[in-house]
Amino acid sequence: MSKKSLLARNNDLANTERQLEILSNGIFANGELPTFAKKIKETNQFPLRPKKLEILQINLGYMCNQVCAHCHVDAGPDRKEIMTTETMKQCLEVIEKTGAHTLDLTGGAPEMNPNFRWFVEEASKAGIKDFIVRSNLTIIRANKKYYDLPEFFKKYNVHVVSSMPHWTRGKTDKQRGNGVFDKSIKALQELNAVGYGMPDSNLKLDLVYNPSGAYLPGDQMALEQDFKKALKDDFNIEFNSLFAITNLPISRFLDYLIASENYEDYMFALVDAYNPAAVENVMCTNTISISWDGWLYDCDFNQMLNLKVNSKIKHISKYNEEVLQDRNIIINQHCYGCTAGAGSSCQGVVA
Amino acid sequence: MSKTYYDPADLRKFGNISDWNKELGDSFFEYYGKVFEEGALTAREKSLIALAVSHTEQCPYCIDAYTKDGLQRGITKEEMMEAVHVGAAIKSGATLVHGVQMMNKVNKLEM
Repeated sequence: MSKKSLLARNNDLANTERQLEILSNGIFANGELPTFAKKIKETNQFPLRPKKLEILQINLGYMCNQVCAHCHVDAGPDRKEIMTTETMKQCLEVIEKTGAHTLDLTGGAPEMNPNFRWFVEEASKAGIKDFIVRSNLTIIRANKKYYDLPEFFKKYNVHVVSSMPHWTRGKTDKQRGNGVFDKSIKALQELNAVGYGMPDSNLKLDLVYNPSGAYLPGDQMALEQDFKKALKDDFNIEFNSLFAITNLPISRFLDYLIASENYEDYMFALVDAYNPAAVENVMCTNTISISWDGWLYDCDFNQMLNLKVNSKIKHISKYNEEVLQDRNIIINQHCYGCTAGAGSSCQGVVA
Repeated sequence: MSKTYYDPADLRKFGNISDWNKELGDSFFEYYGKVFEEGALTAREKSLIALAVSHTEQCPYCIDAYTKDGLQRGITKEEMMEAVHVGAAIKSGATLVHGVQMMNKVNKLEM
């Protein structure tokens, strides 16, 4: 597995326009598969429109201590895009007046932003009660300065959502890098130790599963049972829920699909598994995604494709929720990733 | 017409068999779907049985389908390989157990 981002490798796919070109050409251009727009028109769900705004998802930067093979952010240690305190302050102004109840912090490794803790503290003062931090787990063991993160999360009752592709070392390390499994297990045990994921505790610890390869996730409930049993039996680890998330064909995962000659089969699998009921609740209908530099997107995936919201308001500095909510959501073929099977979002299945 | 007997892309067209006989095709797929539902056996166990049988039937479409199905269910490659050995053991056992027939015949024919 490469230790560098596509960007650092000067890979063709670091160019988002190139990714969009691939997603619109070939099997979608020749009509073998319907475009996403055409598909949702069949059930009169076009254009896709936002519903009540519930979640502000803020990307604190693309820097990460891991270089996961499937990462849609193309995150890694070589990515220097980090949210500044100036942009954080603009976010805090929005948090004071938003109708959204949840602040969802992601990255990269959001904890690597030097002002991460300050931002959580200020957002808490500004009235946020529901925090989600998307933690890669290993960050907690990466450096002494992060060792007390479990206590910090606990202090602000942060809901911790962590990636864990499998309950075996081999499959985990293949996707996420050597040594990731052991560090993740240790981090989970430390989160358990302060009360996270324990029965009768209100500190929530959820795991995110995404497949380590060119296939879709299986049934979320069945996978959750398998994860729970294995992590409990082998490591005495407890957690609340497992979210099974489909990998979207963008960024590093798209690069992998093309290089391994799985792209077409994967797109067929996504389209075959299309579920119109899942379209109703895709995350872009209740979330606004904010990038490290303050731009606004329908979701984290659109952010990575540089598809800014289709609204007069495109930046956090000009934020106006009413105007912003009156928009059409930008879609493309990658959206099939969120509507396959039971559907997929950062909050787990949607249908 | 394809120049080979098997084309991986044909697996996606399996459903087309209903085009030329809807009633039987639909009945088959309904039955097939029911068989693989969670029952006295879990869907996971059924997937592994299907993988083993795919090998003994030497059906490349089935092997593709149930390998992928196994991965989707989080089944490990070690589990999959053990399932294939179960199929292989029965196949070889089925051959070897006929050795008794050979022995019986030899014993009957030889003085």
